[in-house]
Amino acid sequence: MELNSREIWTVIHGLVLGTLFLLAFAGGLAGLWSLRPGLMTTAGIKERMGRLYVGAWVMAAAAWGAVITGTWIVYPWYRVNLSTVGEDAYAGCAELILPGQTCSPRDFLKSNVSGNTEAWHAFGMEWKEHVTWAAPILATAAAFLIAYYGPRLIARPWLRAAVIVMFVGAFAAAVVGGAFGAFLNKIAPIV
Amino acid sequence: MITDFKPGMYDDVGVAPELKGLNLAEKPDGPGAAAMISAGVGIFVLGLLTTTAVISGTVKSFLLWWEWGQGVGPLAGKSTIAVIAWLISWAILYFLWRNKDVVLKTAFYIGLGLGILGAIGTFPTFFELFHS
Repeated sequence: MELNSREIWTVIHGLVLGTLFLLAFAGGLAGLWSLRPGLMTTAGIKERMGRLYVGAWVMAAAAWGAVITGTWIVYPWYRVNLSTVGEDAYAGCAELILPGQTCSPRDFLKSNVSGNTEAWHAFGMEWKEHVTWAAPILATAAAFLIAYYGPRLIARPWLRAAVIVMFVGAFAAAVVGGAFGAFLNKIAPIV
Repeated sequence: MITDFKPGMYDDVGVAPELKGLNLAEKPDGPGAAAMISAGVGIFVLGLLTTTAVISGTVKSFLLWWEWGQGVGPLAGKSTIAVIAWLISWAILYFLWRNKDVVLKTAFYIGLGLGILGAIGTFPTFFELFHS
């Protein structure tokens, strides 16, 4: 039972950092949601805010880690052109059922050698690779707002709602990346 | 929308008496507004570059330059420039508004509008409309 270096990076990108992001999001959202007047004592606010600061910054850091490793380490393995032979752009993918040494995942999906797979690249990967960069930007801005206003968010429901919108926006962008990443790795894994 | 910071605009302790024991000093809203708008700027630039790379070969070539031979393609330029635009706009707005009060609702809606436009720009069904 072993993983090669590409599989290890794929795991770090999607499973480790993605899971950390999700955990931090869930905790952060619950914390933000319950920042309401009359629910906590002064001591409780201090304890709750400390956890919320850590969770929000961990979420932002995990998002940065996921997009940077995804874009600069994993994505080049996905998109490299391996299959072109002469005039035939997908000769290296002929009769394959999975990507391999002569057919990158992008070559494989665009070649349609294993069914109608091109849309997984043209829609799924194209959307994922771009929109996920919104996640760390929104998560960092939300973490800054949480740190800047701190317990004042309890008394300002509108501001708290605005921060929640940014927090959920970061999550939504990450969900697109995570969901399509999981599907794409199932259909055309990086090997 | 932008005024000099004057404490007393918020009655936080009146709304949430449990905050009294924390002795929180009031802060200007300028830095918060800067964070909201700049996040929208970053996402807007991301979407704008994603769509213009489809429209213009020159833009696509420029974005490719940012990959430094790593095989990332135009995504390197789109993401790097978007992050730079976000950070620069944040730094500028923060510097300008650090001691100011800015109407947060307006700032939030500006950031939200820019963010939605940027998200649309990253949506393949949209940017493929411009594929020649």
